[in-house]
Amino acid sequence: MPFTPPRESYSGKIFEETIGSGPKAITVGGENVLPFHSFEGATPHKPVIAFEVQDVPPEDWPEVVKEVYKGVSGDPVTWAKYCIEKLGAETIALRLVGTHPDRQNFSPDEAAETVRKMLAAIDVPLIILGSQHAEKDSSVLIKCAEAAKGTNSVLGKAQEANHKTIVAAAMANDLKLIAMSELDINLSKQLNILITQMGFDKAKLMTDPMSSALSYGLEYTYSVMERIKLAALAQNDPTLQPPILADVGMMVWKVKETQAPEADMPAWGSLKDRGIAWEAVTAASFLIAGAEVLIMRHPDSINAVKKFIAEMEV
Amino acid sequence: MALTGVEIFKLLPKTNCKKCGQPTCLAFAMKLAQRQASLDQCPDVSAEAKQKLGEASAPPIRPIKLGTGDRAVKMGEETVLFRHEKKFVNPCALAVAMKDTASGADAQKLIDAVLGSEIDRVGQKLRIDAIAITNDSGDPGKFEAMAKLVAEKAPAVAVILSTTSPDAAEAALKHFSNKGAVLYGANASNLDAMAAWAKAAKATLGIAAASLDELSDLTEKAKAAGVEDMVIDSGARKAGEIIRDNTLIRRAAIKKNVKSVGYPVITFAMRDDNMLETLVASAAIAKYSSIVVLSSMEKWKDLALFSLRQNIYTDPQVPMQVEQKIYKIGEPGPEAPFMITTNFSLTYFIVSGEIENSKVPARLAVLDSEGLSVLTAWAAGKFTASKIAQFIKESGIEGELGGTKELIIPGYVAILSGSIEDKLEGWKITVGPREANGLPAFLKSRVA
Ligand code: SF4
Repeated sequence: MPFTPPRESYSGKIFEETIGSGPKAITVGGENVLPFHSFEGATPHKPVIAFEVQDVPPEDWPEVVKEVYKGVSGDPVTWAKYCIEKLGAETIALRLVGTHPDRQNFSPDEAAETVRKMLAAIDVPLIILGSQHAEKDSSVLIKCAEAAKGTNSVLGKAQEANHKTIVAAAMANDLKLIAMSELDINLSKQLNILITQMGFDKAKLMTDPMSSALSYGLEYTYSVMERIKLAALAQNDPTLQPPILADVGMMVWKVKETQAPEADMPAWGSLKDRGIAWEAVTAASFLIAGAEVLIMRHPDSINAVKKFIAEMEV
Repeated sequence: MALTGVEIFKLLPKTNCKKCGQPTCLAFAMKLAQRQASLDQCPDVSAEAKQKLGEASAPPIRPIKLGTGDRAVKMGEETVLFRHEKKFVNPCALAVAMKDTASGADAQKLIDAVLGSEIDRVGQKLRIDAIAITNDSGDPGKFEAMAKLVAEKAPAVAVILSTTSPDAAEAALKHFSNKGAVLYGANASNLDAMAAWAKAAKATLGIAAASLDELSDLTEKAKAAGVEDMVIDSGARKAGEIIRDNTLIRRAAIKKNVKSVGYPVITFAMRDDNMLETLVASAAIAKYSSIVVLSSMEKWKDLALFSLRQNIYTDPQVPMQVEQKIYKIGEPGPEAPFMITTNFSLTYFIVSGEIENSKVPARLAVLDSEGLSVLTAWAAGKFTASKIAQFIKESGIEGELGGTKELIIPGYVAILSGSIEDKLEGWKITVGPREANGLPAFLKSRVA
């Protein structure tokens, strides 16, 4: 008996969003089916991976990923250019972690200066991230948004606690915006609603439902992403139709599995391969669950995930 | 197709005798239709009804065991497409391929690696579950020799015998009679012979199709030939094909009760590029494969795949909580920092991750606050000075600490420091950072 494929079609569609401008601009989203389900609908754009660079040297990154950027990571622009020119980065995520009060406590103006220099030096889309200190981020991101006016960069992350100022800044400077809440589809929905009620165009939002790392809560992120995608597509819920962003590297490169040397954990095998696999498996899982934009750190993990994405085309 | 409650009811004795534990036959029929009861709970059901209902009430994906004894792996029995709906039932088996062209020394090495692959991970014992012997030589004699070696050296390990030659199958299966082996490689040209050998050895037949259509055709033919236990392969090899076919198979089996694809799926993920192989295997684990065959074993790869399998197959209904206790991170001495937080598992993951990140050995007390994060727990009265004080006193931690008894509390509950100090005599309460990402700097500055 021939097999009748039970195909699904959905009424909803993920917003198609372009980030950056000029020839290197990138478009994500636009699909009307679950991730990689090109056999039953449209998947016009591939997921995009942003290389993470920081405004301060990555002293707290484990050796495996720190050593890759030795020699370039002293300066964010040099670092980003290395990612673009040598490692093929199509997008840069600049994390202004040095603005955190417990770190260098850079002022909003200093942060904006870094953003300005970065934008002047690179031609790929830029994602501008604060230090995830809710209070400090609102002052930092206002200045950074001004510095990025008209570049169609992505600004983030707006959280429940600080969204008002950050949303206003993104709106005034015509930027895309990341809305982050903590691992709950209802919180994501609620924050997206709050943001759109301020007049922000929901088709310029990205939802960050909060990442996690393999073995450290991955399944929560995974299922929240799947539920967001199902709500967006099957229930045609426009508040959950923005593309999903997964901030992977930050979560992965602080767990024990990416740091413990093989000498200490002989049963875990090679530290280098383990670290790369940890980031790549986490990222690939989130792609399967629904992420369209990934922020990652190790070029080998990124390469593996790119090959994985290429293999999804059938 | 699945029968409705009313259709099932028509086949029951209609005596309402209650022996099944339900008040009426109709109630029992409804339970059966929802798969919340099994037919053998009714002692009076007729043979004819049994036969008709057996078909319809069988789980949509047939339960099959891979291997025997302690190491046997259950496959199939899945009921949903998405893990948030209901727990995925039987974690997929991981197998490593062994070519029958491998030298004796290489084969021995792989066997040793499989036997030594077990690790303890968050209370579960995880391991490479099976060896897939592949008939690369095309020679039945070589295939049998390898099968014999594995049967002798690793008698407890489940085996997948991969060949399209019925002669090779017959020869190798002699060593795995009644051992829950899989004979993989049944196709349109060898089906009858392969089915016969699988039946004779009480092995599961692995269907090797080139499309979903052919797959469905072959399983029906095998069934007609008397084979009940099968694992199925639609021929999907690229990651996108695996997602596509596995999704269509799972949907057809569960939503449409299509019996011809209601079997566990076997996926071959082998790649020259080991990192890519790891990701393709990850996709297969997340999306519905029951056996994933890998080209090689490396400890790092095993660990990553074991961890993903564990994550995906976790019960989504279990509250996101960790056990109340004092966790050691690194090897904390008596003077190491001592912190407290709530038992929301993500709070715990994030806080313990940041402590690890700081490389400062420490103790982390996790208070049962019903799975709430710090701020919510505090607001809900689950993370209060008296609860914290009581927990610290009863934990017996005082004996482990040195002269200064100091407790670091989350910055968000700074307001509690005075009242905890009142309740915990002789303790110093220090306010830590508000966000976990402030912990590395905070901890490092203390030891510096
Ligand atoms: S045991 Fe059988 S006959 Fe008796 S009530 Fe239940 S279904 Fe009906």
